[in-house]
Amino acid sequence: MKKVSVSFTLNGDPVTADVPVTWTLLKTLREYFELTGAKEGCGVGECGACTVLVDGKAVNSCLYPIPEVEGRSVTTIEGIAEKDGTLHPIQKAFLENNGVQCGFCTSGMIMSAKALLDQNPDPSEEDIRKSIAGNFCRCTGYVQIVESIQMAAKLKE
Amino acid sequence: MPDYLFVGKSIPRTIEADKVTGKAVYINDLRRPGMLYGKILYSTHAHARIKRIDASKARRLQGVRAVLTGRDIPDVRVGFLKDQTVLKKDVVRQFRDEVAAVAAITPEIAEEALSLIEVEYEPLPAVFDPIEAMKEGAPLVHETDARGRPVKSNILPLPWKFSVGDMEQARKEAAFVTKDHVSTTWVNQCCMGTSGCVAEFDQSNNLTLYSPTNVIFGHIGRISEYFSRIGLAGKKIRVVNPVVGGSFGTKLDTDIYEFIAIQLALNTRKPVKILFDREEEFRALPPRQPAVFTIEQGCDREGRLVFRHCEAVLDNGAYTSWGATTPSVMIMPMSSLYRVPNVYFKATCVYTNNIYAQAMRGYGNPQATFAVETSMDSLAEAAGIDPAEFRLINRNQPGDETPMNLKITSCGLEECIRAVKERLQWDEKKKARQKTRGLGMASLIHVAGGARVTKSDGHGIMVKLDEFGHVDVIESGTDQGQGSPTVISQIVAEALGVRPEDVFITFGDTALALWDAGTHASRHTFMAGNAALIACAKAKRQILDMAVDIIPKIVKLNFKRMKRKDPGFAEPDLDYGLIADPEDLDIRDRMIFPKKEPDHPYFRVPISDILRNGLHVGIGESRVVAAEAFYDPPTEMLNREMKGNLSMTYAFGTTGVEVEVDEETGDVRILNLVAAHDVGKAMNPTLLLGQIYGAGYTGVGYGLTEEIKVRNGRVMNPSFRDYQMLTAMDVVPIEPVIVEPDDKDGPYGAKGVGEPGLVPTAPAIANAVYDAIGVRIRDLPITPEKILTALKQKKGGMNV
Ligand code: FES
Ligand code: FES
Repeated sequence: MKKVSVSFTLNGDPVTADVPVTWTLLKTLREYFELTGAKEGCGVGECGACTVLVDGKAVNSCLYPIPEVEGRSVTTIEGIAEKDGTLHPIQKAFLENNGVQCGFCTSGMIMSAKALLDQNPDPSEEDIRKSIAGNFCRCTGYVQIVESIQMAAKLKE
Repeated sequence: MPDYLFVGKSIPRTIEADKVTGKAVYINDLRRPGMLYGKILYSTHAHARIKRIDASKARRLQGVRAVLTGRDIPDVRVGFLKDQTVLKKDVVRQFRDEVAAVAAITPEIAEEALSLIEVEYEPLPAVFDPIEAMKEGAPLVHETDARGRPVKSNILPLPWKFSVGDMEQARKEAAFVTKDHVSTTWVNQCCMGTSGCVAEFDQSNNLTLYSPTNVIFGHIGRISEYFSRIGLAGKKIRVVNPVVGGSFGTKLDTDIYEFIAIQLALNTRKPVKILFDREEEFRALPPRQPAVFTIEQGCDREGRLVFRHCEAVLDNGAYTSWGATTPSVMIMPMSSLYRVPNVYFKATCVYTNNIYAQAMRGYGNPQATFAVETSMDSLAEAAGIDPAEFRLINRNQPGDETPMNLKITSCGLEECIRAVKERLQWDEKKKARQKTRGLGMASLIHVAGGARVTKSDGHGIMVKLDEFGHVDVIESGTDQGQGSPTVISQIVAEALGVRPEDVFITFGDTALALWDAGTHASRHTFMAGNAALIACAKAKRQILDMAVDIIPKIVKLNFKRMKRKDPGFAEPDLDYGLIADPEDLDIRDRMIFPKKEPDHPYFRVPISDILRNGLHVGIGESRVVAAEAFYDPPTEMLNREMKGNLSMTYAFGTTGVEVEVDEETGDVRILNLVAAHDVGKAMNPTLLLGQIYGAGYTGVGYGLTEEIKVRNGRVMNPSFRDYQMLTAMDVVPIEPVIVEPDDKDGPYGAKGVGEPGLVPTAPAIANAVYDAIGVRIRDLPITPEKILTALKQKKGGMNV
């Protein structure tokens, strides 16, 4: 299969991936870089479990063709805590307020929330719900996820 | 109120930090050296004879390591009624029938290999409607039973019947009687993590199965039975849970894909992983059991129920998994939700060529409660009694013994109903009615202190402490995301006298754990909590026994040191009697101290000092602390008449909703949803709310949007786009109310709470819709189309 060599920034580090040209960003993250935090919940852009940030925007990495990552900056759930292990305020808030149950949707939820809070540090509930409208969760009923993101916004202040 | 340090507190889920950093390893992420990827070829017919399978092209594809058809593996029957084989050899009976399987070095190659397998079918007549399937002359889904004897009918040999009292007499006594036809459909559990497993044999054919099952020991039982028929009798089976991406009933049975992974691993001598994609999750995983009910109830002039009579038909699909046993749980609300002296319930399960069903949160309870609570509303109206008042009149009460012999101990149902009334301003709003707005409520009863559905309903637990004061807990249950790592660590910390962050819990490994009946039936906190209390009491006693010996030694050693430093130091005169008996000591927040003088300046010692000094002593004297417990409560299995007190205690609750219905579009908007739950004791209020919100939301989906559309046996909407699960944009204002009657048998008074939130939600919505627009939707989900059709019929003068 035809391969491509794609260079980009991954969680702050410059990287190059040599992968089949048909691979998605999700597959590259999971298989090539062994970053399995982003999950495949559907593989077709309908659930948000695979959400990562590309140049600060939340995207469904299961739909994102790897060649298009060239030169961009990708952030995954593995890249948002401090280097010393201190959790990002959103991660803290999700633990604090039960925003995580089974956790399968969590990486995607947190990345969508991060994209929002980086843009809008003081979002309304409506803003928050919109930002995670494409992130499905079966466990929580979203209530404590929304609350966790609200709490994170406060923690960040 | 005892002054607890951790129980009843909203301790955060810090123990699960790996889930917010991407470190948690789900089955999706698990990879073993040399692992192959398995894929399954499914039937393309609802009912057909397999005339020919040619897998030769697939076998020749580079990277393929095995291709199996029904001819390549032993012809062994599996499943609850042993009505299917792992791969189907001669006949397919539903679209999800597994016809062949491939193992290859990548999932892509495995997929390609599937497309190279040629299967020729000869279609057979099929039957999709259970009522049709019951009729004489209907096409037979199975021509023989498990033993090869010919069968004459599609009706399963599982006659669920429950009968108490004198129905004929009761009918005569009833002043008001109503009859409703009610139906519920298939819904998918929609775990966000799709299903999968990794099967791996060692050189001696002992199996390790990485599986997200919530019944790890049940898995072993079923697989070992299979092993005994394929020549692997006596081999060791170990089941290990990865982190589980949602369960909700899907992991109760050993699924066919797991047997297929085992066969592929055996055949290739390599670890084999099978991981479902989302479409398979919708097409090939057994969903919630659908059912149709005809329910009649009667009450006297005062509104007291005199009888309940219900017949149900369940579309079993082509094979039998736990779905066919949901009537055993339906009997509980049928016989015991509200006081009703005369009860008749009969459920008939019928084979069809549809997909078959399994368990989902609540088991058969949501279906049956939808029937009972729809009927309660009809009857209240017929009797001219306010629906809330009607429920209060008939409410269950502490000390009741129900017709099913359930012994009700603690019961907060009255408080729940009253709380819902108050929060919804029920009486005020009923008086000042607003057009198209309405109120409805429904209640529930569920097992909340275990459920003896197998001979043992036990739960084993082991607790050991290291010399630093860390506690290892080896749980025999599984963690599916319900919060047990936190709650069990709170219980252990409280009971042992350490802190939750000192507790490390291993879940889901049959090689380490004692035994457990399964993390199902909302039983985990109750069972594991009680087991933990027993084990912790034993471990604590061991520590205190050591402390009695060691504290004086530590104190004296300290005095010696002090004297060395300061020769003038005068040893105080201490009352060693304070610490002479382990009974006189206690442990709290990592410190051991005499009960009579907790702040004693010399006798208050860190627990780790005792553990270290107890271990590093010498031959014959060194001690370690470890204890185990197996808690198996004194409950009863259901007898032949389907009676028995199968749980130590029962959960009650009431959901009330206010809705607004748009008569133009048929849309239902939930303005307020109050979920009042009798939980015994809230062990961790924040986590508890998560269970109520999550279950409540799934219940709203069950009520309003969710449905697997099955047409002629085929799933028509196998994607999130077409299956309408609620998203964050579907705002449902859920207001939980926690009722804590404190249960004498629960650990620290707690009852189970995992399933209840879902159970009464859909009927409460249906009843509110009726209150709003005067049409009763008796067929879930309550879609805008159904509402518009019903409104049209009402306008046309038809009675709905
Ligand atoms: S996996 Fe990408 S949206 Fe579902
Ligand atoms: S926490 Fe389980 S799907 Fe969201």
